[in-house]
Amino acid sequence: MWLYDFAELTSKIHAGLAGSLGEGLLTTTIEMSLVGIVFLTFYAVLGLFLVYMERKVCAFFQCRLGPNRVGIFGLLQTIADFIKLLMKELITVKSADQFLFNVAPFIVIIASMLAMGALPFAKGLQAMDFDIGILYVMATSSLGVLGILLAGWSSNNKYSLIGAMRSGAQIVSYELSVGLSLMTIVVLAGTMQFSEIIAGQESAWFIFRGHVPAFIAFIVFIVASTAETNRGPFDLAEAESELTAGFHTEYSGIKFALFFLSEFMNMFLVCAIAATVFFGGWMPLHVPGLAGFNHVMDFIPPVVWFFGKTFTLIFLMMWFKWTFPRLRIDQLLTLEWKFLLPISLVNILIMALCVLNHWYF
Amino acid sequence: MVDADIKEKLDTVEEYLINMGPQHPSTHGVLRLVVNLRGEIVKDLKPYCGYIHRGIEKMCERNTYPQIIHLTDRLDYLSAHINNEAVCLLVEGALDVEVPERAKYIRTIMAELTRLASHQLWWSVMGMDLGALTTFFYGLRDREHILDIFEENCGTRLLVSYNCPGGVMYDIKPDFQKKVKEFITYFKTKLPEYEKLLSGNVIFQQRTKGTGLLTKEEVIAYGVTGPSGRGSGFACDVRKKNPYSAYDKVQFNEIIRTEGDSLARYKVRMDEMRESMSIIEQLIDNIPEGDFATKMKPIIKLPIGEYYQRVEACRGEFGVYVESRGEKNPYRIKFRSPNFANLSALDYMSRNEKIADLVAIMSSLDLVIPDIDR
Amino acid sequence: MTNEELKDFIVKLAPEATFTENKQMVVAIIPSNQLFSVVKQLKESSTTKFDFLVSLTGVDFNPGLGVVYHLESTELKHIICLKTSTEDRVNPKLDSIVSLYLAAELQEREVFDFLGISFNNHPDMRRLFLDDEWKGYPLRKDYVDTVNVIDLIK
Repeated sequence: MWLYDFAELTSKIHAGLAGSLGEGLLTTTIEMSLVGIVFLTFYAVLGLFLVYMERKVCAFFQCRLGPNRVGIFGLLQTIADFIKLLMKELITVKSADQFLFNVAPFIVIIASMLAMGALPFAKGLQAMDFDIGILYVMATSSLGVLGILLAGWSSNNKYSLIGAMRSGAQIVSYELSVGLSLMTIVVLAGTMQFSEIIAGQESAWFIFRGHVPAFIAFIVFIVASTAETNRGPFDLAEAESELTAGFHTEYSGIKFALFFLSEFMNMFLVCAIAATVFFGGWMPLHVPGLAGFNHVMDFIPPVVWFFGKTFTLIFLMMWFKWTFPRLRIDQLLTLEWKFLLPISLVNILIMALCVLNHWYF
Repeated sequence: MVDADIKEKLDTVEEYLINMGPQHPSTHGVLRLVVNLRGEIVKDLKPYCGYIHRGIEKMCERNTYPQIIHLTDRLDYLSAHINNEAVCLLVEGALDVEVPERAKYIRTIMAELTRLASHQLWWSVMGMDLGALTTFFYGLRDREHILDIFEENCGTRLLVSYNCPGGVMYDIKPDFQKKVKEFITYFKTKLPEYEKLLSGNVIFQQRTKGTGLLTKEEVIAYGVTGPSGRGSGFACDVRKKNPYSAYDKVQFNEIIRTEGDSLARYKVRMDEMRESMSIIEQLIDNIPEGDFATKMKPIIKLPIGEYYQRVEACRGEFGVYVESRGEKNPYRIKFRSPNFANLSALDYMSRNEKIADLVAIMSSLDLVIPDIDR
Repeated sequence: MTNEELKDFIVKLAPEATFTENKQMVVAIIPSNQLFSVVKQLKESSTTKFDFLVSLTGVDFNPGLGVVYHLESTELKHIICLKTSTEDRVNPKLDSIVSLYLAAELQEREVFDFLGISFNNHPDMRRLFLDDEWKGYPLRKDYVDTVNVIDLIK
C-alpha cells in the first residue's frame, strides 16, 4: 500500500553520508543541519499559509471575500505582508531591558519549533522519536510562557505587564488540563511514544476505541489548548485592545511578526497533537471488520491524512474565534479550576477503569 | 494631564491609574476616562470631555431656526432625524402651526427607521467590544438597507436634514413604501439570527449579567433616560408620556425591565427594534394624501418667551430649550442631551466592577460622544 | 397638580417669586438665596414630588447671570421651570443642588465652564469641556475672542 516507510529514505541518506564521510561528528552535523533547514522552511511556509487561511476563513464567516488581489485568490498576500514587516523600523524603547526585550520573541519561536520536532508527519517522517514523546512535547511547549512573561516585563510598561501576567496565569493553569487529557490517552495506549501511539490506532482511532472517556478528553483538550495558545474566546491577553495592547505592545516590525507567527504555529502544533493522539495521526480511517473499506482508505497517502485532520481541527479553532465573545479573566480561570480540572481528573479514573476491565474496542 | 489631586489621593501601593482614550477602540468616540484601579477592580472613574466640543449652542445663537436644524444633526448623529424633529416641533408649537397629517406620518416612519439603524449599529459594536467580531459585519450589512432608503429619499445617508418647520422638505419617492416594506420583511428574518448569535450565547450572558447595576431611584436621580433607563424600570418613553407627530395613532409597547444590569439594557434595545418595526408596519400603508408641509414665512421669529420641546431620541430624552427675545435667532438655546446624563451615571455604575466589565457597561449604555460635548 | 396649584405652592415657599407667561408650564423666577430651599421642598413634599431633574441651563440674562431648572415628577407627571439669577458678573455664586439631584453634578460644571457661575457646596467645581487654563466664559454675551469666534452678526 501507500504506507511507505520514510525510515528507508532517511537510512539511505545516512548510509550515503557515513560511507563518504565516516560515522563522525561531521556526518551528524550535516544531518542535523539538513533537518534544521527542512524544518525552518516548513515552518515558514506553513506560517504563511496559516495566516492566509485565517484571513480567508474569517472573511467567509463575515460574509465578505478576504484577500483576493495579490496572486490568484490572494495566495501571495502573506508574502507581501511579510516583506512589508521586514522593512518596518525597529523602534527601540530606551527604558526597556534591551537584552530581555530582544530575546523574548525568540524564546517563543524556539519553544514551538522544538515541540514541532517530535511530531510524526508520516511513517518514519519524524525528527525525533523519543519514548517519552508526549512528555517532551508538553515540556517544550511550556517554555513559551517564559517568552511571554519576559516580553511583558522587559517592555517597562505597566499595560504590557498586566497583559503578560494575565497571559502567564492563563497558560500555566490550562497546562494542567492539557496534560491530564493527554494522560488519559496514554493510559489507553500504554505508551508515550508517538510512533507507538499511532501504531496502536491501526484498528481504529483512539477517539472511537476509547468511546466516552476519550471523547471527553478530546473536548477538554480542545478547550484547554485554545486557551493555551491565547486564541479564540480566551484571547483576553492580546486582543486587549479593549484596554491595552497586551504583552506585545512595544514590539514592532520583525519581532512583532515573530510573536504573531508563533501564535499560529502553536495553533498548528496543538491541532497536530490532537490529530495524532485522538484521530490517528497519519493512520487512515480503518473500521475493524471492513477489510475492503480499509484497503480503499489506505490508498490516500498518510501525509494527506495527517494534514487533512490537522487542518480540520485548525478550522474548528478558527470557527470558535470568530463566533464567540471573549471570556473575562476570572471567568477563564474559573472555567479551568472549577470545571475542566475536576472533569479531567474524574475522566482519567474512568479511563483507567475501562482499561483495567477491557471495556474498550 | 491628570490633576495632581487625583494622584495624591491614591494609595500608591495598591492602586494605579489607567488612561482610556481619547483615541480608543471601545469608547465610541473621543472620550477620555481616567480609571483608578485596585488590581482588577475599578475604584473610581473620571470622564474628561471636550475633545469634540464645537460650541454648537453658541453657534446657534446667531443662526436662524432653519439653520439650527442642520446643526442638530451633528449632535447625536445616529438619531439625526429625531433631533431635527425636536427643533421643528418647538418652532411649530411656538407659532401654533398645524403640520399636515402626511408630514406627521412621514416624520414618524423616518424616526422609527432611524431608531432601527441606530440600534443595529449599537448591536454590531456591542458584540465587537466583547470579542465577537463577526457581529460587526452582520449588523452593518443590514443597516445598509436603511441607509439606502435614506439616501434615495433624503439625499444623504446619515445626517439627513429632512425635516423643516412646517413639515418635511420634499415628498417621499414613489417606491418608498415598497422599499420599506421589503426591508421590514427582510429584517424580520435577520433579527432571530442576531438573537441566536449573541443573546443566547452563554459567554455573552456571563459577561453582561449582574454588571453595571442601577436601581430605579438611581436612574431617576442621575437623569438616565431611554433604553438605559427603561432597563432599570424607569418608564420614561416620551412617545408615551407626551406623544407627538403620529405616535398617538399607533399601538406599541413600552419595553421596561427591572433587573438594571447590562443584559437588561441589551434586551430592552432588542425588543425596541421589534416595536419599531411594528410601528412602521402600522403606518406605512396608511400615509394620508395631502401636503407634505405647511407654508411658513421666509423669516421665522418666535414670540418672546421660553419654550421646551422633548422627543424620544434613540438614546433617551432629547430636549430643546429656547429662550427667544423676538428675534430670528434664539437668545439662548440649550440641547438637553441624553448621553450627557447617561455618562454621569457611568462612574457610579462601574464602581467595584472589573475593568473588563467596564467595556461591557459602556457598550450597553450606548454613548455617542458628540452628543455629550456638543 | 395643576399650574395654578403649583403657583400657589411656590408663592407659599418664596413670597418674592414672580411668574412669567408660558402656555406649556409654570415658569417661576426665584431669588437666589431661596432657591435651594424651594427646590428641596418641591422634591420632598408629597404633593409635588419633583424627583427628576430634566435639564439645568445656564443663561446670560444680560444684565444678570442665572440658571434655569426644569423639574419633572415621574409619579405625578407634572413639570415646572424655575429660574434664578445673580447680578454679580465678576464672581457669581449660586447654591448647588447636587445634594438633591445627582444629575446636577456634571451639568453645573458645564455652567461654570461656559458662564463662570460658581456653585456653593459642589463637590468638584472645575471646568468640564474647556482646558483648565482657558480664560473667559464663552457663553456670556460680552465674550470677545477674535481667535476662535467669527462674529457674523455685528
